[in-house]
Amino acid sequence: MAFDKMELRDIEVWDGNHAAAQALRQCQVDVICAYPITPSTPIVEGYAQFKADNYIEGEYVLVESEHAAMSGCIGASAAGGRVATATSSQGLALMVETLYQAAGMRLPIILNIVNRALAAPLNVNGDHSDMYLCRDSGWIQFDAFSPQEAYDLNMIAFRVSEDHDVRIPSIINQDGFLTSHTAQGVHTITDDVVYNFVGTFKPMNDMLDFEHPVTHGVQTEEDWHFEHKARQHNDMMTVVPDKIENAFSDFEKLTGRKYNKVECYDMDGADIAIVCMGTSVETVREVVSEMRKDGLKVGVVGLRVVRPFPFAEIGDTLKDIKAVAALDRSAPGGAAGMLFNEISGSLFNTDSKMLLSGFIYGLGGRDLTKANIRDLYKELQANVDAGKVLTKQQQFIGVRGPKLAYL
Amino acid sequence: MEYKGWDEFEIGAMLRSFDGAIDDIAGTAQADRKYSENNSYKASVADWRVLKPVFNKDYCIDCQFCWIFCPDVSIIARDKKMIGIDMDHCKGCGICVEVCPTNPKSLLMFLDHADSEAELAAWPEKDEEE
Repeated sequence: MAFDKMELRDIEVWDGNHAAAQALRQCQVDVICAYPITPSTPIVEGYAQFKADNYIEGEYVLVESEHAAMSGCIGASAAGGRVATATSSQGLALMVETLYQAAGMRLPIILNIVNRALAAPLNVNGDHSDMYLCRDSGWIQFDAFSPQEAYDLNMIAFRVSEDHDVRIPSIINQDGFLTSHTAQGVHTITDDVVYNFVGTFKPMNDMLDFEHPVTHGVQTEEDWHFEHKARQHNDMMTVVPDKIENAFSDFEKLTGRKYNKVECYDMDGADIAIVCMGTSVETVREVVSEMRKDGLKVGVVGLRVVRPFPFAEIGDTLKDIKAVAALDRSAPGGAAGMLFNEISGSLFNTDSKMLLSGFIYGLGGRDLTKANIRDLYKELQANVDAGKVLTKQQQFIGVRGPKLAYL
Repeated sequence: MEYKGWDEFEIGAMLRSFDGAIDDIAGTAQADRKYSENNSYKASVADWRVLKPVFNKDYCIDCQFCWIFCPDVSIIARDKKMIGIDMDHCKGCGICVEVCPTNPKSLLMFLDHADSEAELAAWPEKDEEE
């Protein structure tokens, strides 16, 4: 069936949701199974509009739940198609069982998660609870800080996931509302160039290969399961990092936009740094630029690739920094935050004397203000001056009531 | 089956049904198909059966109802004639007995350890009241 191509201006004013929907259209996805949920709804809604307007050749399957959405994606991917969908929060929570299936079955599905808090209390605003919920699911996880990045990372994710040496699904995270509903200028790529970048989908062990019938989703017990999971982890640790690097490099050659697993801003000569994800990175960057003008040696690190976690890159970036704050936008549930733990793991057993403190912030869409960030840097500098962490290792930013500090 | 290491098998939770490419599978009898060692055709998956169907060919009219309804493809038929039951795959669900239209039925359920020959010798008479 013939479908139309879309003429785009060089720079379009898109929010993160529309940017992701456009990227999925341009990648010529074969099947999208979708069940809308705030704030990711406009991704699949926008895609459905493209379908209705004859810009899509593939199938669009409306299902009865997010569990069914990912199940449909798994079936379509096992059948041998390019597959994607989008969700948020509670929908992702319902989808989690099938996320593990998709990763274990090595199906290169692309999932856009528009990050949102998890109930209770019910909340539609952005935090990273849902991102953290599936961090051990075996999916590659990218994090976009802006609509531009949500657009670009979709294409990069298809390239990485669908590689026959990889065959691991990818999540592209973007912040609910702050990215998903905030329109910004997005540098576009033409339909043909995008499709050429991601390439024609190459099936592998597909069920529609009738000459080589396969059973997907088999059961294995204690005699085989461990080997399967070991291989999955091995490929994440040894194959995926280079494939991501290659995709970033090829994308830079195509567009001039350079992505890194660990995005460093003003880290040259920095004494103190904040590590965070999502739109917070951009807010901190703004504060850093201002503080640098005052001669303060501050920097910020944004985590672009959450899984596989870039241990080596984080270690290299932070080993000579004197004090670092790890900002986790998810309720830790009785532990240190994920970033605090992973950064600690990256530098433990090394010679680094970095002073690390962890902060929980922004739950349920609570703002992280520039004043918060300035205070944070002051605290880090005080730690540097004292030569030790003066506070408890875990604190909360921006919550009402008596100060919370643990560990 | 050989216990392979994590790096020695194809990725994914995936098994191949046949060794090599297949062609006219619908036109090839099961016994002649090149099933792989992973295919359950060669494996008994019925060791937990409690009740078993016993087939009495004296009353069978070859209507094929049991063949159509069996959820485990365990009714063996050739040239539209009922031959027997694949006891490596039959789970003993009893659907074949339920759908059998003859009087008396040509299939009845018995405990798995029952002596089939004895049960055939003691097969019920035609039910005149039906």
